[in-house]
Amino acid sequence: MSSASSTPTEETAGGHRRRRRGPRTWLAALPLIAFTGLCFGLPLGALLYGAVTRTDPGTGATTLTGEHLGRSLQGPYLGSLVGSVQLSALTALIATVLGVLIAQAVVTSRSQALRNAVLTASGVLANFGGVPLAFAFIATLGISGVVTQLADLGGLGWNLYSFTGLAVVYLYFLIPLMVLVILPALDGLRPQWREAAQNAGASGLRYWRHVGIPVLAPSLLGGFVLLFGSAFAAHATAAALVGGSVPLVTLKIADALSGNVLVGQENVALALGLDMILIAGLVMAVYLPLQRRSARWLR
Amino acid sequence: MAAMTPTASETAPKPGPDDADTAPPAARARTRPRPRVWRGVVLGLGGAYFLVPLIASFVFTVHTPGQGISFDAYTALLAADGFTESLLLSLGLAAATIVLALLLAVPALVAVRLGAPRLRPVVEMMCMLPLVVPPIALVTGISTVLRWGPDHLSRTPLYQTFLAVQNESFPFVLVLAYTVMALPFVYRSLDAGLRAVDVPTLVEAARNCGASWPYVMFRVILPNLRSSLAGAAFLTLALVLGEFTIASLLGFRPFAVWIVSISGAHARMSVAVSLLSLVITWGLLLALSRAGTAPTSTPGAPRSARKARSPRTPYRTSPKES
Repeated sequence: MSSASSTPTEETAGGHRRRRRGPRTWLAALPLIAFTGLCFGLPLGALLYGAVTRTDPGTGATTLTGEHLGRSLQGPYLGSLVGSVQLSALTALIATVLGVLIAQAVVTSRSQALRNAVLTASGVLANFGGVPLAFAFIATLGISGVVTQLADLGGLGWNLYSFTGLAVVYLYFLIPLMVLVILPALDGLRPQWREAAQNAGASGLRYWRHVGIPVLAPSLLGGFVLLFGSAFAAHATAAALVGGSVPLVTLKIADALSGNVLVGQENVALALGLDMILIAGLVMAVYLPLQRRSARWLR
Repeated sequence: MAAMTPTASETAPKPGPDDADTAPPAARARTRPRPRVWRGVVLGLGGAYFLVPLIASFVFTVHTPGQGISFDAYTALLAADGFTESLLLSLGLAAATIVLALLLAVPALVAVRLGAPRLRPVVEMMCMLPLVVPPIALVTGISTVLRWGPDHLSRTPLYQTFLAVQNESFPFVLVLAYTVMALPFVYRSLDAGLRAVDVPTLVEAARNCGASWPYVMFRVILPNLRSSLAGAAFLTLALVLGEFTIASLLGFRPFAVWIVSISGAHARMSVAVSLLSLVITWGLLLALSRAGTAPTSTPGAPRSARKARSPRTPYRTSPKES
């Protein structure tokens, strides 16, 4: 590709080679395409197929139906979807604000050591989801947790195994994720812009309202949406922490899959899975263009 | 740019006897100490929120109220029922996943750079799509497919394959699922590495010097991708070691599932293992980021020097990409 745009002599050399190389390079990508088709496309197809069809156990006839999808949007299933969306939106919002504050503190301090420490810590903590995180918080804020005992939080009505508790735990991996996402964008805010605004007589608040926030907006929204997606998809933390006491769609799917509910609910689990993919797909459809847009300011 | 910032703010207060003299110094005098206060408060509170659970977890594992301090939770680990098996299973799964993911992604990405640029959006989409599908949705699809085995295929040779991939001692189906989940991270890491290398030129130069294709691959391209390969491998390792959803719902028992299964009877031990896994991940990441950045020059070095070296050492690895 690049050889085509360079000098003519190279072009002919590249042209010769490409004629021989053409079909073979194409083949090198084939295993990946075949693999994703088989191991990703097939389960997704099965999910979609099972979510919209019903097989009669007697006759074996398969008919198209919207019943499972309909049921996944009713009663406790709808409640779990709403619960998941609420929890994800709330935690993503808080984490966006706090992540930006921490990242801004790091950027303005201009200390390379602090910056490296925060980046490394964020890289680790953003991946510190799942089971270990749940247990760390049980040891800290659970019923017999160290902080709970020290500060007598139980007497104050604190309960880790609740919506609020789950939100506090989710923030632990969402804030570092936001720091990782937003730090490059904050770096992209040129100090000259601020100086220009100051020279024009703008206060700090005005600078942020008319320059800082508009420039950051795509990154902020993109970060929020990314956090929403990760909170929405999280299952292990919630499963290890609250079991079933908080209605979350991931927990409902796990229940239905492991047969903890009525027989024949598997298809509702598939329908719920489809609902989740639709929501997550929507999130990504917002995130990816935003990320491309914000990339403009980073270079 | 980082070098410009301090000079800009240092010179800013100096032009004193100029026109806009009266208001700015007063404003500056007020705004100057304030950032330091809020920065300290933000970093302090953030640090507390992120450190307290770690410290409290450690205290929880070593201190029993009324009994004093003991390190039993850590020493009893090795003898704990299922610890070694589940850890070895997870490590084996991680190794297989890393090998499979790299075997699939490296040739595809290099090929896309070399001679099939039109495939690039296809490959990118294939690798990034798993981000859209939550693991729990993926596992519902996988378990549906796996149920086809006994339901429809019991008389075909395919059935043996279905049984083989669900082998209890090494469930290969998990490797397949983990590879799908790892592809976005592997893709990003490798793509960042390849972006810093001019693959077509390197390959042409090597081929013109008479190098064979395997030589080009293993001695020219892969060494240039060392740190992004390491980044991809590390992220995959972290992902597999911590993965719970797919394994537990398919009924296997690697490390994360084991931790949950012992938490009822051995609360202290489960917290101890969680803490250890964090420390190990941290160590790996530190080692990785050092390996990724060490060959580049120091931060204060001129930009041109860094730029000249950057094709050899893809600078940005996992910390920013993850």
